[in-house]
This record gives sequence, C-alpha cells and structure tokens, in this order.
Amino acid sequence: MDVELCRAWMLRFSELVDAEADRLTALDAAIGDGDHGVNMRRGMKAAVAALGESQPDAPGHVLVATGRALVAKTGGAAGPLYGTGFRRAGKALTDTEVASAAEVGAALVAMLAGIQELGQAVEGDKTMVDALTPAVSAFEASAGDGLATAAEAAAKAAAEGAVATVPLQARKGRASYLGERSIGHEDPGAASTALLLRALAEVTAQS
Amino acid sequence: MTVGIVLVSHSADLAEAAAELARELAGPSTAVLAAGGTEDGRFGTSIDKIEAAVSGADSGDGVAILMDVGSAVLTSKALLAELDDDGPDVRLVDAPLVEGAIAAAVTASTGQDLDAVVAAAEQARGMHKL
Repeated sequence: MDVELCRAWMLRFSELVDAEADRLTALDAAIGDGDHGVNMRRGMKAAVAALGESQPDAPGHVLVATGRALVAKTGGAAGPLYGTGFRRAGKALTDTEVASAAEVGAALVAMLAGIQELGQAVEGDKTMVDALTPAVSAFEASAGDGLATAAEAAAKAAAEGAVATVPLQARKGRASYLGERSIGHEDPGAASTALLLRALAEVTAQS
Repeated sequence: MTVGIVLVSHSADLAEAAAELARELAGPSTAVLAAGGTEDGRFGTSIDKIEAAVSGADSGDGVAILMDVGSAVLTSKALLAELDDDGPDVRLVDAPLVEGAIAAAVTASTGQDLDAVVAAAEQARGMHKL
C-alpha cells in the first residue's frame, strides 16, 4: 500500500459513509442518540479536506492526518475512537513508503488495540470492536495471499461481525442503559467499521 | 496560584452552569472553565474546546478535568494521550460532574495541590445524600 492507495482508501470510506449515513443514523436512532451517520459524514469530510491540504507523503501519515481530523470534527464517541484508531494505525506504519500486506495487518492490529484501550470494550459488548476484531484476524490469516485477498477476507469478516451484533445486549455507551431493549438492533459503530473494511477491499481490488 | 478545573459536558449550557455554580461556591481565586458542546454549537464534545479550557485554567499548579459521559470521557482521554510531557499536569477525575466540580473547586480554593483536589472530587462519587 502506497500513499495514493491509502488516500484512495480514506476517500472511498468517506464516500461509503456518505452513501450509508442515513442507515447509520437510523441504526443509531434505535439504540443510541441518532447522530452516528451525520457525525461520521462530517468527520470523514473533514478528514478528506485535511488530506487535500496537508498532502501527506506516506500511508502512515495519511492515517494519522485522518485520525486527527476525526477527533477534532466528529463530535460523538466515534470521533475519539476512530481518531485514536487511525492515529495508532498510522504510527505503526511509521514513515514506510510502501506498506506490505503484513505491515497493513500490523497497522490494523494497532488500530484495534488503540480503540480498545480508549473505549475499554471487549468482543461481545456490541460495539465497533465486534466488527474490527474478526476483521483483523481474517486479514492476518490471509495476509500471505496479498493485500487484496486479505482485505476482502477482512471486509467479509467485518460485515459478518456487524450483523452478529444484532442479538447482543449492549454493555457500552448510551445503548447499555437500554439493557435488554438493545437486543435486536445492529450496532451502528460495528456497521461503520464494516464500511471501513469494505472500502479497503474495494480499493485494493482495483489496484 | 491554585489548581484549575475544567468541566466537560455534551451540553455547553450544562458545563457553563456547573462551572458557574462551582465558582460561586469556591470563590474568585479558582479557575473553573467550561468546555461543553461542539465548536458549532451542537451537543457533543470538542477536543479543541477542552484543550483551550485546559490552557486557560492552568496557572502552573495543574488542571483537573471532570466529565459527564460517553464522548466527553473518550475525548478527554484522547486529549490526555496527545498532550506533551512538558505541558501542564492534567488529570482526569472519575467522579460525578456537578458534585465532583464543587468538591474540586472548593478544595482548590484552599490552595491544596492537584492530588488533593482529585482525591476530594473522587470522594464525591461515594457521597450519600440521604
């Protein structure tokens, strides 16, 4: 993954968030405060704008700049969570100009670790961690087959992980106050995480 | 010079009102600054607002940050991870926002250090009212 591919990943993620913003907000309206789609759209638009201004010269720098914009502009809990995740992923790539599949896998591991450290969520809490954890495992398991194959496996695992949050009872965030009433709804953070991996699969398939 | 207090809430009005109450009880010597809502006036949290309030509240003796819930906590934690080691001594306090703010501000007004201010605010967590 070079800087252009990483930038394309972020642009595609922003497009998918924009296209799916209404669905993300509807999911969030069911168990959260109903602003996830709007917040993510605002955050990723700010990130894309920041990437245009700062012109980062390495994939890690693209991810750090994206994270910084998301923390500053998103507004909800997704801002610091995604923001920290992207920054950790970017720092894991350091100044590497072309990241191998294994290095992208290590960056995704760092993203997950950063998100879990900040939010203190574990698998089964009905959060973005439920999509990202299986995605990272799937990516690492097929990283030897190349970036596109690993990304496709990760996207599939993230989508399945997001759907698998439906029967879970939330243990984090506003939804946790709902107790059993949070059961039966897909977690919006897991849904947007699935879009992040879908975006990676799409841009790597084309490269 | 006293420890500064920063109050982070999803609501700008709530943060400002809680700060006003704490200032009223602590007196004018203590800096209690509000960092509520987003930069464009919505409910939510802004890392830039929190950072500005921390800078404004710091007089060299450190700053205690109290938060309501959710993104207020996560954004404050994210800010703490970003701050330079040579910047102000900033501590997140695990306490209810209003009760903790009052305890922190009154303790700070007596000239006690950051450890004492944080401890006083955290005691508010277990304080019985009835």
